[in-house]
Amino acid sequence: MLSSLVFVPLAGMILVMLIPKDKIQAIRWTSVIVSLVPMLVSFWITWDYFFNHSGTSAMAYVEGPYSWIPSLNIQYYLGVDGISVPMLFLTGLLSTVSLLASFNITNRVKEYFAFFLLLEAGMMGVFVALDFFLFYVFWEIMLVPMYFLIGVWGGPRKEYAAIKFFLYTLFGSIFMLVSILILYFTSEPHTLNMMALLDHGPTMGHTLQMICFIFFFIAFAIKVPVWPFHTWLPDAHVEAPTAVSVILAGVLLKMGTYAMLRINWPMFPQVLRELSFWIALLGVIAIIYGALVSMAQKDLKKLVAYSSVSHMGYCMMALGAFTSVGAIAGCMFQMVSHGLITGALFLLVGVIYDRAHTREIAAFGGLGAKIPVYTGIMVLFSMAALGLPGMSGFVAEFMIFVGAFSGLNKIMVGISVLGVVLGATYMLRMVQRVFLGEFNMAKWGGLTDINAREIIAVAPLAVLTIAIGVYPKPLADLMQATLEHLVNLMAR
Amino acid sequence: MITKFAFLIPLLPLFGFVMIVFFLRWKERLSAVFSIMTILAAWVMSVIVLIETLARHGEAYEAFYKFVDLPRFILEIGILIDPLTAVMLIVVTTVGACVEIYSVGYMHNDPRFSRFFAYLSLFLFSMLGLVVANNFFMIFIFWELVGLTSYLLIGFWFEKKSAADACKKAFITTRMGDLGFLVGLFMIAFYFGTFNYGGVFAKVGEGVIPAGIITAASIFVFCGAVGKSAQWPLHVWLPDAMEGPTPVSALIHAATMVAAGVYLVARSMSLFVGSAEASLVVAIIGLITSFMAASIGLVQNDIKRVLAYSTVSQLGYMIMALGLYGYDTAQHGHSPGFYAGTFHLYTHAFFKGLLFLGAGSVIHAVHTNDIQEMGGLVRKMKTTAITFMIASLSIAGIFPLAGFWSKDEIVAAASHHPIFLVGTLGIAFMTAFYMWRLCFLTFWGEPRDQHRYDHAHESPKNMTYPLVFLAVMSVIAGWVGLPWLHQGFASFVYHGEAYHPHANYLLMGISLIVGLSGIYLAYLMYYKKSISAEAMAERFRPIYKLLYNKYYFDEIYHAVLIRPVLAVADFMWTFDARVVDGLVNGTGWLTIKWSDIKLWFDTWIVDGAVNGSGWLVRQGANILRFLQTGSMQFYALFILVVLIVFGVFKLEATAVLVGWPFVSIIFVLGVTLLWLFTRSAFVRGRNGGQTKSEE
Amino acid sequence: MLAYLVLALVLFSIGLFGVLTRRNTIGILMSLELMFNAVNINFVVFNKFVATSALVGQMFAIFIVVVAAAEAVAGLAIVLLLYRNWQGIDTDNDSVMKW
Repeated sequence: MLSSLVFVPLAGMILVMLIPKDKIQAIRWTSVIVSLVPMLVSFWITWDYFFNHSGTSAMAYVEGPYSWIPSLNIQYYLGVDGISVPMLFLTGLLSTVSLLASFNITNRVKEYFAFFLLLEAGMMGVFVALDFFLFYVFWEIMLVPMYFLIGVWGGPRKEYAAIKFFLYTLFGSIFMLVSILILYFTSEPHTLNMMALLDHGPTMGHTLQMICFIFFFIAFAIKVPVWPFHTWLPDAHVEAPTAVSVILAGVLLKMGTYAMLRINWPMFPQVLRELSFWIALLGVIAIIYGALVSMAQKDLKKLVAYSSVSHMGYCMMALGAFTSVGAIAGCMFQMVSHGLITGALFLLVGVIYDRAHTREIAAFGGLGAKIPVYTGIMVLFSMAALGLPGMSGFVAEFMIFVGAFSGLNKIMVGISVLGVVLGATYMLRMVQRVFLGEFNMAKWGGLTDINAREIIAVAPLAVLTIAIGVYPKPLADLMQATLEHLVNLMAR
Repeated sequence: MITKFAFLIPLLPLFGFVMIVFFLRWKERLSAVFSIMTILAAWVMSVIVLIETLARHGEAYEAFYKFVDLPRFILEIGILIDPLTAVMLIVVTTVGACVEIYSVGYMHNDPRFSRFFAYLSLFLFSMLGLVVANNFFMIFIFWELVGLTSYLLIGFWFEKKSAADACKKAFITTRMGDLGFLVGLFMIAFYFGTFNYGGVFAKVGEGVIPAGIITAASIFVFCGAVGKSAQWPLHVWLPDAMEGPTPVSALIHAATMVAAGVYLVARSMSLFVGSAEASLVVAIIGLITSFMAASIGLVQNDIKRVLAYSTVSQLGYMIMALGLYGYDTAQHGHSPGFYAGTFHLYTHAFFKGLLFLGAGSVIHAVHTNDIQEMGGLVRKMKTTAITFMIASLSIAGIFPLAGFWSKDEIVAAASHHPIFLVGTLGIAFMTAFYMWRLCFLTFWGEPRDQHRYDHAHESPKNMTYPLVFLAVMSVIAGWVGLPWLHQGFASFVYHGEAYHPHANYLLMGISLIVGLSGIYLAYLMYYKKSISAEAMAERFRPIYKLLYNKYYFDEIYHAVLIRPVLAVADFMWTFDARVVDGLVNGTGWLTIKWSDIKLWFDTWIVDGAVNGSGWLVRQGANILRFLQTGSMQFYALFILVVLIVFGVFKLEATAVLVGWPFVSIIFVLGVTLLWLFTRSAFVRGRNGGQTKSEE
Repeated sequence: MLAYLVLALVLFSIGLFGVLTRRNTIGILMSLELMFNAVNINFVVFNKFVATSALVGQMFAIFIVVVAAAEAVAGLAIVLLLYRNWQGIDTDNDSVMKW
């Protein structure tokens, strides 16, 4: 079951590569149809997990551990629990949505879709891997297609952005590798099995634990990205093609926080306790700082990119308050909701960019009169991004705040609430300058409203955003047992 | 029991919203009708709920559902129907229905007609949800949603830059207040362990929470009310919000949403009575706001802005009354404040809604907001003028209209606190004055803009009927709170113990005289013109300018808040691009430089060692090759020299073998011979070389 | 014994001097013969005074005479060739084997 999530896209990649490169429609639809398989599987898993497995914290749909490289005790070991299931759901959904949104790619179509499917395989793999080696392999596999997707199909400064992204992430991965090796060599018998390592707890000395923790943290923090490791993000987002931005914001960033929750946090509880304040502080800085920087942006995509920094700051603050189930659940909610909302925002920015060939906020104005449906959807997601109740962002932020308030320094949390106002400010300034005010008929008279394919791509995100916002209980129930287990692990 | 289905009251307008957005958007008439149907249905349910609540003698009905259910972390949503809720439901649905009916006329020919009704429905959903909420978390949800709809409706005519600015300002300013509210919620969650009203208030009653926490939590919660009810210092958004369509101003920015702050204070009164300090803060903020707004209202010329400041002022009145109640009760006194505040909230909704709708009717007729360009309109639009003046009498507190009774209670609540009493009466005076200034300038005297006057006409029936209805309400709504009634408003909506008002004729007389004198002054200045308004303005020029410019609050905020924040944002952006990203790029640059150094090292040191050894050999050979003369004899000589050198070193060994004398002789002979040979060899070799080169 | 050795030494030195200083190749060959003979004397002398029992020295001397004869043949052949190539037998002509 879980293997199919990884290998169907891989097979799809090979299939796409077999299609002659001038059959563009065939390539597009083949990839979309291939990606439907992991999407439906991930939906089914979510459904089935919710009804049959959400009561316990044990791994479900486990495959393995099969011995893979016996001499090093490396195993093929897959499984999911309450924190990976929502991520799988998100990955499955956003991959298909992004592929649908990729139809405007006309250059080297075949390679593009092949890379995209490889990317999907890598992402799925990260969320199901339970062996460090496997995890690391998937983590690195993703970098390659991402590098090319940004570097070949990106904007004017694509090479710079692609190299920056690649090197930055790779730089982090090295640290992760070191930590993995430390874990491997300090465990007895030597193993890379995450579950075994987690159950045993750290067997090394305090200093080594600290080093391990910090190395893991650097690797994951770059991916999140945590302030001050965030500067690859705006460049990558701005230069990447729309669909890649969606994946980047929707899934790749989540891998950082996911890995923290899966590996970093429960494995080194003592260190976590010592460092939690600083981690939360980084989060609070990111919230305020990201919002302020967003406010100064002149490029739509960059604004959304920096808002991501701010939103992921909430996640970090929640992770700092690891003693509270509410905060950790809030973090998970924020991950899902940020994936949906920011993914949608990037899609929407792409929609306007395709038509206007500019993303400069100042170039627009009064578009609300000309393209009302687009405006409505964009305003909806802007509201969701600024944490309006009734949408997922609010539930996430509220849970994080309440959880963090009980688990962290109260003044710090009080300051972080400023992010709510700043978030409203930059989003509304953007809405005002793009959609409200006088409409420039001469310049934008030919603008057309969002079309059916684009609506189909955005609609599921909108529905989920509102559904989670209106009735978050199912999602919370789905994660509840796992989260409690995790919090217990972190508290040991 | 219909109350069980009270959750349907907010859901009905939501249904209307969804239907319009997805299905009825293209059919304007149908959208409006559907929207009105839903609100009327909600109104009917509200009436039944009120009756049932009366029948239960005010006993609360509560029902809730889990929203988020995690270990040690539960969020709930639910409904609470108690007298306060029931009254608010009536107010919201009544004004809402009137405004929707009125809007059919007011908004006709607007290209976004359907959307307007969709937004109104969404607003009513949010507002009703806010009213029926049973806990702080849920009220916050709807609190934000009304903010959203307010944003959408203020910016309804978003092509106008002023409207676009105003909606953003409204949203952000109220969010500043919500920031405090949020912190208050976190404190409640943390210290009280629940969001449920009942649970929180019970904890306050038990006295297990430290007083400081209660004070802080109450003040933070009050921040939300300050934002939403446009209290000083966050009042600046409300006058600008008048950029929205007038029915919106009537519904949201006069009768319902802005009253949400007052409602919140009333709802969490049990929290405030736990802290005299917090209550005092509330009362003082209310007084400042009320006084400030009333004084600004004296000199404004935009009909809707005068009403906006009037609204701010009246809301401050209510807040002050509630604060005084909290203060007195915290000190174990008795006060009509709670009754006064809620009662005024209820009556105010009718007459202020009416005033706005009347103003809308006027604007509809003359297409301007400036009262200096109106005048004499009573002859053109009788219904509007009469209803407007009824409302003006009501807000001025003239017996026996609704405003009189509620304002009288506020005066009564302030009567134990001299400063508040003076302030209250002063505000009452100013209110009467500016309202009647408005009336005289708009409806009486000679038209000051003949062109506009000629085109003015009475509004259509679907606009005037709501006016008439609200005018009737403005007269009679107050009668449920007559001080002589035993089962009046006060014994229905109360906090703690039921309050029984008693008629204080002295206070009634004073407040009536104050109101009448305000009207009389306005009459003298703007009708009879026996006192020149211009002369007054000239005489008190600094004060006039200060008031006319609204105490310069906008300018101050712009200078101390908005500009610095934007500057900080720009700075942060530069910082991010230069410093943080600079660090990353700098690391990259350094790495490249480092690799350059390594390249240099590799070429010059590592490879240089290899090449250098070759070079050394070559250089050594360059020196040594001079020995390679090609002359056999030179080589032989060289061999000889070497042999002799070795011989010298091995002298001793040789001596052992053959004896020292022999060795000595051979040595001397050898050296002599060598000297001879070399001399001749070199001399001749050199000559030979020369001859060779000559050839 | 010293007298013989001195003789040999003088003979050797004369030969050596000739080898080193003569520019005429025939002269050099002749000087070489002197040096061989000095060596022969030495062998015979040392055999007489140091290793009396066997005729090792004498044998070596005989060998050297033979080899010297052969050497003279080869040397004169070379001289002839030199003369043919360079129309002279002066050694300065030979110093081409250098850098």
